[in-house]
Amino acid sequence: MGYVAIKGGRDAIEGSKTAFDFLRTQQAENEQPLQAGAIENQLRLLHSRVISEGGLYHPELASLAIKQAQGDSLEAAFILRAHRSTVPRIAETEALDTSKMRVTRRISSAFKDIPGGQMLGAATDYHLRLFKMELLNESPEAFRAVSKQWMDELDLDTIPDSFPKVVEVLRNENLLAPIKQSRHDQVPFDITREPLVLPLPRSAALATMARGEQGGLLSIAYSNMRGYGDIHPTVAELRVGYVPVMLPHPITGKPMEVGEVQVTECEVVAMYEEQDGKPMFTLGYGACFGHNEVKAISMAILDRALQKGEQHGPSHPSEDAEFVLLHVDGIDSMGFCSHYKMPHYVTFQSDMDRLRTTQDKQAQEEAK
Amino acid sequence: MSSQQQFGFLDEHAKKEIRRTALKAVAIPGYQVPYSSREMPMGRGFGTGGLQLTLALIGKGETLKVIDQGADDSVNAVNLRDFIQMTCPGIDTTSFTEEADLIQSRHRIPEKPLREDQLLVLQVPYPDALVIVESSEAKRKVLHGEADYSRLLVKLYEDIVKFKEITIAHRYPTRINNHYVIDPSPIPRWDVPKLHNSKALTLLGAGREKKIYAVPPYTQAIPLAFEDMPFRVENFDDENGQRRACERCGCTDSFLDEYIDSETGNKIYRCSDSDWCEEQMGFPRSDTADYLPETTVTNVKSSKELVNA
Repeated sequence: MGYVAIKGGRDAIEGSKTAFDFLRTQQAENEQPLQAGAIENQLRLLHSRVISEGGLYHPELASLAIKQAQGDSLEAAFILRAHRSTVPRIAETEALDTSKMRVTRRISSAFKDIPGGQMLGAATDYHLRLFKMELLNESPEAFRAVSKQWMDELDLDTIPDSFPKVVEVLRNENLLAPIKQSRHDQVPFDITREPLVLPLPRSAALATMARGEQGGLLSIAYSNMRGYGDIHPTVAELRVGYVPVMLPHPITGKPMEVGEVQVTECEVVAMYEEQDGKPMFTLGYGACFGHNEVKAISMAILDRALQKGEQHGPSHPSEDAEFVLLHVDGIDSMGFCSHYKMPHYVTFQSDMDRLRTTQDKQAQEEAK
Repeated sequence: MSSQQQFGFLDEHAKKEIRRTALKAVAIPGYQVPYSSREMPMGRGFGTGGLQLTLALIGKGETLKVIDQGADDSVNAVNLRDFIQMTCPGIDTTSFTEEADLIQSRHRIPEKPLREDQLLVLQVPYPDALVIVESSEAKRKVLHGEADYSRLLVKLYEDIVKFKEITIAHRYPTRINNHYVIDPSPIPRWDVPKLHNSKALTLLGAGREKKIYAVPPYTQAIPLAFEDMPFRVENFDDENGQRRACERCGCTDSFLDEYIDSETGNKIYRCSDSDWCEEQMGFPRSDTADYLPETTVTNVKSSKELVNA
């Protein structure tokens, strides 16, 4: 047979898998294999992104996923998410009080001075984006010297563990509505166990965005920032740090700390509206696993935009819950995008049948 | 992947949810039942909805057939079958339609009529036939509830005005049990009549869109059309009005794939359903479960060659 029948493919699939792995190791003579710890620390922000989009806080498996996916953040998050599917839900944690967060960074763009002070922490915001050529061929000695020097100069005693929340200041000033007590009784929507049927409660929207794809969230939030929307956000507070995970003790049932997770949390204060007869600022909330500031801010803006859309009807894509929530998941969108690479011979055959018939009809018409 | 994973990959809660959703789908023919839909280790869009149904429904000792574009050895079918076999020890696989208890398929319904004891699972990218006229899911839900398909009918009418033909090639809107109109998945129009009063249950799973729906056995499945512009399947007649035959088995009543012979440049037609084609050719129908035809693989370069090229 002379033509290429693309059917048939066990060998082709196997070959493709080995070729993919070959590319990872082709410099075996000169390179060391990447170890999980190196990925978690040296590719810290990629790692954060994968943990957050994967929706599973497992630093070691996230590193493995990044290694296996050869750095593709969508693929790596996907591997983590697929693993999550096989894991039963064993317990629910209590709602976290993030004012107790062990903070590594917290800033507010609303006030110059905030209770506890601004703490810039580790961030790229004020980096000059110029190459640090010395990192190109960094020696192990130079590498170790950096961390040693930083630790030596650190004055641990002067750093408080946690800080009061900026939004509390606004609540005390009567600029922001108090938290409704009824909120505490609400059971959060579990998007991994319940079908998403619109309209959705806010907790479902927040959960969907918390594991949404950073680029997707950013692009829709950016449309709102640029003018397809007008929520007028100010970052009341952005904080990065660690919060304890509390689970009921298997025997006593009392909550006990089983570990901690790194989270980024953002509260934006937005255009004021009348609430309970009084104009008050409105609030948008974003939070996700790991250190992902752009994601947390985008999410907070979208949270506010979606609440606005729910109250007054959506006037922009970013205010439309269906538009935002069904299009920000990286696993869904990349999967569907990739599926176009699969064979579509049957449907295309059918498409050709329609086009040819339509062309024939037109030719008959013109011949008349 | 490790051996400690349980039968069917999914945890028991997930399987239970899928089974309950499928039962509801059978009880309300054509209604898209939402479910939470777990992530599978293959891409959303690669058949994860069908896969979740298969994993939740197949049991030890049962026999599975997986096809994609009508072929058992198409890359995605191979991939899905291998995964199901790996996670469901104790099942058998077959390429023979008549041997299968459960058939998972993408884009085709087998040519051989199915029996009451067989189950067809179709993979679905777009579960909602109304999506071509209404982009909002919330609004579509209302239209379905009211069985308001007027905009779809207007779309068909506009096609006729513009092109003198209905232009929908596949995913042809089909009314189930006189109420819900479904997207029957991207099967060609050729396969749509097979759904009507089918002896077998057809379950349709959309993993990414998180919906399951069903065409139960002996249920009406009528493609939308007009009295004076009836529904038509794909036409395989040649220039002289003669029905083309499969170049391999000679069959003149199967859905054909069109190929270009890379040596002669001629157009060739062949059965899309590879098992049907082999049966017409008189290949032995054995019960060897692991038998898979590899006869159609030609000219596929190994990836090693491609990388080094």
